[in-house]
Order: sequence, then structure tokens, then C-alpha cells
Amino acid sequence: MSDALKSTVQQAFEEPACATNRAKSAAERKKGCSKPLTPGAAAGGCAFDGAKITLQPIVDVAHLVHAPLACEGNGWDNRGSASSGPMLYKTGFTTDMSELDIVMGKGESKLYAAIREIVEKHRPPAVFVYATCVTAMIGDDIEAVCKAATEAFGTPAIPVNVPGYAGSKNLGCKLAGEMMFRHVIGTVEPERTTEYDINLIGDYNLSGELWQVKPLLDRLGIRILGSLAADARYKQVAVMHRARVSMLVCSHALIGLARKLDETWGIPFFEGSFYGISDTSESLRTMCRMLVERGADAGLIDRCEALITEEEAKVRADLEPYRARVAGKRVLLYTGGHKSWSVVSALQELGVEVVGTSVRKATDNDKAKVVEIMGTDAHMYDNMAPREMYATLRASGADILMSGARSQFVALKARVPWIDVNQEKHEPYAGYMGMLDLVRAIDRSVNNPMWADVRRPAPWDEPRPFAGIRPAPRGTCPVSGLTNDPRDFEDC
Amino acid sequence: MARLIRPRRALSTNPLKSSAPLGAAMAYLGIERGIPLFHGAQGCTAFAMVHMVRHFREAIPLQTTAMNEITTILGGGEQIEEAIANLVKRADPKFIGIASTALTETRGEDIAGELAEIMERRGDFAGLRVVHASTPDFEGALEDGWAKAVTAIIDALVPEIDPMFCDRDMRQVNILPAAYLTPAEIEEVTRMIRAFGLNPIVLPDLSASLDGHLAEDWAGTSLGGTPLDAIPAMARSAVTFAIGESMRGAAELLAERGHMPVQVFPSLTGLKAVDAFVSALMGVAGAADAPPAIRRDRARAQDAMLDSHFFIGGLKYAIAADPDLAYALSSALAGMGAEPVCTVTSSTANPILARLPGETAILGDLGDLEDGARAGGAALLIAHAHGRHAAAATGLPLIRAGFPMNDRLGVQDVCRVGYRGTRAFLFEVANAVLAHPHAPRPEDFGAAPIEREFEHDRPQTAPH
Repeated sequence: MSDALKSTVQQAFEEPACATNRAKSAAERKKGCSKPLTPGAAAGGCAFDGAKITLQPIVDVAHLVHAPLACEGNGWDNRGSASSGPMLYKTGFTTDMSELDIVMGKGESKLYAAIREIVEKHRPPAVFVYATCVTAMIGDDIEAVCKAATEAFGTPAIPVNVPGYAGSKNLGCKLAGEMMFRHVIGTVEPERTTEYDINLIGDYNLSGELWQVKPLLDRLGIRILGSLAADARYKQVAVMHRARVSMLVCSHALIGLARKLDETWGIPFFEGSFYGISDTSESLRTMCRMLVERGADAGLIDRCEALITEEEAKVRADLEPYRARVAGKRVLLYTGGHKSWSVVSALQELGVEVVGTSVRKATDNDKAKVVEIMGTDAHMYDNMAPREMYATLRASGADILMSGARSQFVALKARVPWIDVNQEKHEPYAGYMGMLDLVRAIDRSVNNPMWADVRRPAPWDEPRPFAGIRPAPRGTCPVSGLTNDPRDFEDC
Repeated sequence: MARLIRPRRALSTNPLKSSAPLGAAMAYLGIERGIPLFHGAQGCTAFAMVHMVRHFREAIPLQTTAMNEITTILGGGEQIEEAIANLVKRADPKFIGIASTALTETRGEDIAGELAEIMERRGDFAGLRVVHASTPDFEGALEDGWAKAVTAIIDALVPEIDPMFCDRDMRQVNILPAAYLTPAEIEEVTRMIRAFGLNPIVLPDLSASLDGHLAEDWAGTSLGGTPLDAIPAMARSAVTFAIGESMRGAAELLAERGHMPVQVFPSLTGLKAVDAFVSALMGVAGAADAPPAIRRDRARAQDAMLDSHFFIGGLKYAIAADPDLAYALSSALAGMGAEPVCTVTSSTANPILARLPGETAILGDLGDLEDGARAGGAALLIAHAHGRHAAAATGLPLIRAGFPMNDRLGVQDVCRVGYRGTRAFLFEVANAVLAHPHAPRPEDFGAAPIEREFEHDRPQTAPH
């Protein structure tokens, strides 16, 4: 690891805004917050993966991965971040480094040429260049190449120097935010600003989740000025320094960026979530209060309360017909943790029983909240091995599993319904209307008659009356042409 | 359980139905060295033949008695005799299946009587089997004509046996497939039967005649099918299985002749339906277990159900098909949590109609399919090839099922029965849904579009 990268990583770990970090001793803090990766028992992406996930939702940018094929070739076009316009972010760009390129040290010149080709063909507002393990190891200086390319082609080439070996996916997310802060934020001034401008940080707009929430903001007159979230344009990243308030959507990883915006540009931030009814209301409330504190019209708070009252009543009325269909169903929750509890409380309101939840990535604060919601810590577990989960599900310890795609097949093979609540999901579950979609999805899944069918014993596993003895087969086999006569087999 | 609606109107828009004589002709083509013969005007035959040629992409030896104005008035007995004589001379068939048409039935011809008289008089027709089914175009649909033809074949060619002194073959199984089963589907059914050490006799057997194979020689008859000497032997089988409710009558007649038990399987698509069939086969074979291949196929069908339920669960679709096919496909989809918003069917003769999923079924046409799909918010259409017009008009994906299929190749190879066919069908439906992805837009949720200011002002190519 280069010295520059090493110090960037170190800085990322020293996060004063992070509660978990503050609770640590100085020595522990130095070790960093990513858990050591265990060879043979690791499941999760690398730092490059994290950086790419964080930045890829910027839709009008060309994302160029400087690597041999695996980094982009095995990973592109696999996420459901939606765009309302440009589709360039879905195009897979890579330098596809060959053995010869690596041996002959052609990496930098190939990268430079690749940037030129992108600019000539696609004319994007910017090219993001991602370093990866191999290109970082052979010493390609992507920062220098980007600088030269920016000058030569008149299009910003932004280096994202986060090779996979730097650490975990979470670290990659942090560093991606840092790269934006260093190279992009503050490079453009917006045409106009208002007292109602906010930054959104860390929403992925999966299947359009952002747009389930945006109508609420539209009605309050709140404008998403800056955005390091899905459906963002490059310019929205560049003008983030002019917003009044930042909202960190379900993301611990980008807290460092939010803090730096606060320290450098005086933009206060808050952490919120749009999953579940209460969290959505709480986020809107906090957002409005902070905007008023920064000079917005005080009437905003009243308008916000009126909106919340109206929307909550509407979604509760919409959910009521589903109560009978989902009440009493037992849910096992296996996700990153903190983001789903508001969902849990909304489900509990409908009579759904939460039989367990994982606290893999949760802080102590989060764990206290689990106890508060569930009443006990008996059903809290850290990590569940797939075999163990399969056994729990198969023993019908739960009617439905809500998790990310990794445990999908554990549930399905245990013949238990599964709902995708992580980033690969195909349905939006955000805001008030998203809660309705989620309950509909649960109803559709758990009440599908297919489950009864698939669990039924096979004809040969059911008790059968003795059917009597049949005469031996006669004639020739239609496949082999052999008869059932033992003499046919004499030569064998 | 569906209630049948008969729209009160005079007009049929984009017909769903193919006529009964066509179904009879198709059944006759499943008999070895057979020729179907329409007793009617030339046009009846020409339309039906072109329909089948385009569907199977094979030469179809369908012939006609070529009724003219004079014979229509005076009676067509001589036309039948002349047609048979000509066919014997030119193609040397062993079997001729006659299907009457609306013309001769409206006239009221006594074809059975004429035929008996001809066969008695003409010694030179001695080696030839001639069968006649009454299939006026104005009654029933393709599947009814098929069932009537099979019944007529059994009536004419299967002798009544003495139940006490017959040489019963306890490993022989009669299969009477409904009209909708493709050659590949018949093959799948026989494969399953053979897997239990049983010998199937399929009547009629399109998998041997219209499976699309290149023959060594030119034949003016069918290119294969149920062997003629196997048909009388059906009386000695251990059991008769009918596939499709429309075949119940034929199966019962066969059981009357052969004094064996009958079981009707309304569908062989969907795990539950196939389980019932396998269970019956185990009973006939006296087996307590199934062969490894069958067990594996079931496990794979289960896995397909799990993988595809994300896309089929809650799916709204509209289907138009003959009753047996409509039941087979929509009952399988109902088992996966899909919801029929519109079911259109063609014939009232089949009691399976009452068991169709959904509240109502319309006795109607593809115009009803289009309207019903729109009104019900369907995301998928299932119909034969002419459904493509409804698909184009509504912008919905179409799964082609039924007859005719004149705009696709390989219709003989489509298999939606058995564990394997169920798996294929579920994937087919899921893929049809996946192939029409809905890209979410801000306006879907009532969100305002992004401000123009943030957009990049230089032209960008969008490869998607």
C-alpha cells in the first residue's frame, strides 16, 4: 500500500462522528473498524467493491475500472439502482489489462487511451477511474494519469484510488466518499440556492426507492440539491457544498463525508432512514427542523406535521386489509441490522411476529433498540451459519425469511418463503408507500399456494397399499433393444 | 371455480376456435399409414390442410370428397366411394378416417350407412380400415373433433373381449391423449410410463407421425402413428389412462370393450397433477418406489417452482385456449399463485370448464382476450399464434400455446407436461415476465423530475 493510501485509510478509521469509534480505546481505534477478514470464512466484497457501489449510482458518469477483467467483467450491471435519465452508469468500462500490459508496464498508457476513447465516444461530464489490486500493485499512478487526462481532454477524470486489498467493502464506501470530497465537491457552483436545499447521501434508489420518498419532499418544497445517492448527476455531487442540511440515508459508511461537509462548509447532517413508517416520519421531522434552524421559514415544521399525519393515516388505512393475511406470521430477519427496525415495528403493528434478528453490523445503541422492540435479547444473534439457518427454517422456526440475496437459497431450499430486503431487491420498499409494497410482497410470498405444493411428500414417500405382484416385463427394451431374456446377457 | 359466460352478441372478432373436423383429421394423422378424408367441399379441406401444414411444417395428406352442387343435392355416397378408390390407388393407405363437415351434416347424409354398404360391396377395399366420425363444423371445437375421431376409431377397431378368458397384459397401458398434447409431450408421457417397466399404447400417436422427422421415402399417408394391429390389442391392456377431460368418453368406450379400469387425468402440468399420474403408474407397476430419473425430475421441478415463484406469484394473466389446454396451463399457474384476469375458451362440451381457476370463463374469441386483458390489468397473454395481434395491441408478452402455431418453428418440441415439462413451463412464464422489465420512473411514484440544471449538457450516447 502506498503511503498516501495508507494515511487515507488511517484517517478513515479515525471517525470522530461515529459513535462506535468514539467508544473505543486509542489502541483499538488505530486498528480500524473493519473486522479482520477471515480466510476461508469470509463473505462480502472488497474495498473496490464498496467504492464502486457507492459511486456507481451517479448516473451520467462513465465508471472506468482499471483492472484485469475480473473486477468489472464479473461485477457489472448487477444492481437495480434506477436512473431517471442517463444510462451511462450501466455501461461497463474497463481497461481489461492483459498479461502483456502488466509485464510491459503498459497500464498507464492504456488507461490514458481508454479515458480518451470514453470522452470521444460518450462525452460524459466526468470519468471516474477506479484503481484495483493489480494496477495498484504494479505501481500505476492513476492520479497522475487522471490529472494529465483532465488537462488534455477537458473532461474531469477523477481518480478513485481504492484497490481491493485495502480492506473491506465498508472501508471502500468510506474512501469513495473521501475521493469525492477531495476531487469533486465544491468544483461547481449551483445556478441558484434556496433555504430548502438538502444533500442526500447514501441512498441507492433501488428499483426507484428514492422516488417513493421524493413526492413527500416535493410537497414540502424541499429540493434535493446535492446528492451522493442514486439518480445523482455529476453536477449534484459537485454542488454538495451549497446545501443547507445533509441527510445520511441508512449509511454509517459515509458519515466521514457528512462530517467533513459540516466542518468545511458548515452543513449540519443527520442520520435517518426511509424504511418503515416511524423512521420515515422521524426523518422528515428532523430534516424540516434542521432546515428551519438554518433559516428556512418556520411554517415548514407545521406543514411537515400535517403531511406526516395525513400520510401515516393513509398508509395505516391501506395496510389494514392485509392484517388478516399476514397476522401471526413469524419472520426471521437477517440483514445488516440497524436499517430494518422501523420496518419491524410496522410489521409488528400488523400482527407479524419477529422471531429473530441478526445484529451483525449493529452498534451497542442498535442492540439496545432491538431489546426495546423485541422485549428481550433472546432472539438476537450475531452470525448464523447457513447450515444452522437451514435447520432453523426447516424445523419451521419461521414462516418467512427477510434477508439479502446470500441467504436466499438457504430459505428456498428449506422450503420457506423469502423476501429480499437488501440491495439486489427488485421492488422498492421506501417511505410510506414502500411499506405497503413490502406488506404486499410478504402477503404474496407467504400466502402463495406453491409452498403447500412444494412441501407435499412425493408419491413414493406416501404410505401406499400393497399393489400386488406384476409379471416380469416382456418384449424388448425400447431403448437398448435387449429382451428381458437372461440369454441376452451371456456374452457380458 | 369458473362460471361460464356466453356473451350476448352476434359477432366473433378474431376467432379462437379451430373447427372440429380439423381436430378429427389431426387425430387420424396419428394412425400408421392413415389418411384423413373430409366429406365436404374442397374448401373445407384446403383451409384445414394449410392450417396444419403451417403448424407442423410437414406435408399433410388430408383429402376431400370434393362435394359439388349436384352431389350436394343428390347425396355424396358415390363421392366417398370414389375418394376411397382413388386414395387406395394412389397412396395405398391402411387406414382412412372420414370426418364429416358442416356441409354434409347440414344436408343430413347417412355416412355410416353409405360406408357400410360401400365396404360390403367393394371387395378390393378388404385390407383397408375405414372409420367415420360425425364432426359438423358448427358443433364444438378442435378438441371435440379429436375426441370424436378417437371414439370412432375405438368403436370401429377395438373388439369387445371376454373379461374372464382374455390374455390380459398387466404391463400394458392405454393412453388416450387430448388434442393439445404435442408430439414431445406424448414422448414425455411414454417415457414416464416406460420408466416404470410398463408398455404404453398411445391412440392416436402424433409423436410417431408429426414429430417432424425426415423420412427415407415419400409417403402419401401419415408418416407413422399408432400401429393398426396395436389398436385391437388395447382391449387387453391393464388400464386406460385418458389425458384431458375431453377424452373421458373415448376412455369409457375403450374400457367397455376391454373391461379394464379407467382413470382420467385432467392435466399433467403442475407438480400435483404429475404426482397423481406417477402415483397411478406406481399402482399399475406394483412399485413402491420410482426410478431415479423420475425422482430427480421431481426434485428439479420443485426447484423450478421455488426459483420462478418470485415472478409468477401474483402475476395477472389472460388466457385463451380450448378447455383442456386452458385448464392444464391455468391450473398449474394457479398452483403458483398467479391470477387469471380473463379466461376465454372455445367449447361448452367439456365439463372441465367448471374447474377452471378464476371466477368466470368466457365462451368467446381473441377479441374478448384483448378486452379482458386490458380491463383486468394482465401482464401476460397465453394464446395460440393469432394471439399475437392482441399482444401487439396491448404491448404484452405472449406465450404461444395451442393450435395453430403458424409463426414459430419447433412447435412439436414444446413440452409442458410431466415434471420436466412443468419445469420448462414455469421457466417459460417467468422468462416472459423477465423479458418485459419495467424500468421504474419518477412519475410512477408521483415524483417531480430532476431539475434541468443538473443534467449534463453535452450529448451522451445511451447504449440501453
